[in-house]
Amino acid sequence: MFMSGAVKKISEKEVEHVAALARIDISEEDKKLFTKQFNTILEYFEILSELDTDAVAPFPPVSTLTTAFRADTVKPSLTRDEALKNASKTERGFFKAPKIV
Amino acid sequence: MVKPYLLTAREVVAAVRRGDFTAEECLHSFLDRTKTVEADLHAFITLKEDLALQRAREIDRKVRKGEALGRLVGVPVALKDIICTKDFPTTCGSRMLEGFTPPYNATVVDDLLKEDAIILGKTNMDEFAMGTSTETSYFGPTRNPWRLTHVPGGSSGGSAAATASKEAVVALGSDTGGSVRCPASFCSVVGLKPTYGLVSRYGLIAYANSLEQIGPLSRTVYDCALLLSVIAHHDPLDATSINLPPHTYTAFLDADVDGVKIGVPREFFGEGVDERVSQTIRTSIDRLEGLGAVCVACSLPTLKYSLPAYYLIAMSEASSNLARYDGVRYGYSVDYSTGDWNTVFSQNRRRGFGAEVRRRIMLGTYALSSGYYDMYYLKALKVRTLITMDFKKAFKTFDVLIGPTMPVLPFKIGEKIHDPLALYMCDILTVPQNLVGCPAISIPCGFVDGLPVGMQITAAPLREDLLLRAASAVEKSLDGKMDFEGEFT
Repeated sequence: MFMSGAVKKISEKEVEHVAALARIDISEEDKKLFTKQFNTILEYFEILSELDTDAVAPFPPVSTLTTAFRADTVKPSLTRDEALKNASKTERGFFKAPKIV
Repeated sequence: MVKPYLLTAREVVAAVRRGDFTAEECLHSFLDRTKTVEADLHAFITLKEDLALQRAREIDRKVRKGEALGRLVGVPVALKDIICTKDFPTTCGSRMLEGFTPPYNATVVDDLLKEDAIILGKTNMDEFAMGTSTETSYFGPTRNPWRLTHVPGGSSGGSAAATASKEAVVALGSDTGGSVRCPASFCSVVGLKPTYGLVSRYGLIAYANSLEQIGPLSRTVYDCALLLSVIAHHDPLDATSINLPPHTYTAFLDADVDGVKIGVPREFFGEGVDERVSQTIRTSIDRLEGLGAVCVACSLPTLKYSLPAYYLIAMSEASSNLARYDGVRYGYSVDYSTGDWNTVFSQNRRRGFGAEVRRRIMLGTYALSSGYYDMYYLKALKVRTLITMDFKKAFKTFDVLIGPTMPVLPFKIGEKIHDPLALYMCDILTVPQNLVGCPAISIPCGFVDGLPVGMQITAAPLREDLLLRAASAVEKSLDGKMDFEGEFT
């Protein structure tokens, strides 16, 4: 589980990788700043390793709820104009996205 | 005639029903107040005077015709700008959603309108509710009405400042790790985080779904209970909404606290808690004891692990929730006549999100990424189970738990903003309740050097009755001492 004692430091290269995974373009300046801040924060998170959780189940967020059923009836929904009104670009009633391939 | 802006929701409703003044006259009083204080305070991102006036006139027509009137008739309400409204832009305090107007209302908005409330506007907040001071808003900070150089708390800082300074009678905020209770404490108003699932999250812009709830901010416990009665009900549009019959929470306030068992966890007064804050809370606990409550010291051994567990879970959920902001269907976008999807998407998110939002998305992405999932996210979920067990055990013995809401006094604008971890540490006493899903309220209980101190009362899930009863007792014991004497009187 948690590597007790040895704090896993995150490197600038890893921060760059995480930014790419999160699809957030990052400046050189922010890369340096975030690396420093992430190390401070992750080091603090390390106190969780003091707790032995091997026999503990992860928290179920909605454990008290049971499956709800409803009739499959048509209800009012957004019109095409309403759905498109906040779009950056539209074309012939569709969202227009940047080139994907 | 008494100035309507000085009244509580309960008093406004009674006055409009009796015909002491019209909803329009009442609204004008609030709009005038807003003109006096808003330039210094900056509690609102959007105010729509014309729309509010139109609504007040509709309500007055109903009054004149003798039609049935709602439970909040004529009450001007402020809404945190994270709650979707089809008549107002909803920015979430972010450049990413600047100018975005949702095509639908959140369930709580329809609830308020059905009860004849008047929506004044949308209040300032930390960007995407990520903050403790309302300083991360793209639209600039809100100031504390008790001392304009200081933060109002966050992330619902605009809602708390508007309520404290009497720009609005009551407000709604959202609370993911203390975002209603923290600004309530810093602005000396009442702020409630209900039991997880009690209030519909439909139309609440998601930050960390498993933790957050919409909650009321008000100047009296009665108004808090009134607002909760309106917004707490089952909603099929929110899959986590609890299906129970609604309550009239105002009915719980008359009972006294004689014999109520109060646990005082020593960890609530531990490391990092300002001694002056602790002392103020202890004085209030003594008062409750004087009223017949049984106060006993106790312990929540896992409390100190709440903060890291909370941040790992909240950041992980945020990294997933905020993946929807691509700048294509809605939201900020650079020009994309050229450039491929990944480049445009990544640039939109660099420019559309502020530093704290980018930090949390990236740390959440890291905590969920291959090789780190077990070590961070899964570990945090297991610790969440342990913390929940600690609270369950405490609630076998005690009706409520009491301590400070915030470990520190309101601080200066700019004082902590460059040190993310120092700001996170301000949340140590408010995040456990979100992890457990239990209700908690912050109630004004005094001042240190003119700066407000809030007491936090926590109860077992769905025991809002006990919470409000204890809060009402604290309020009565301080009768009249907490009236607003901030920068604008």
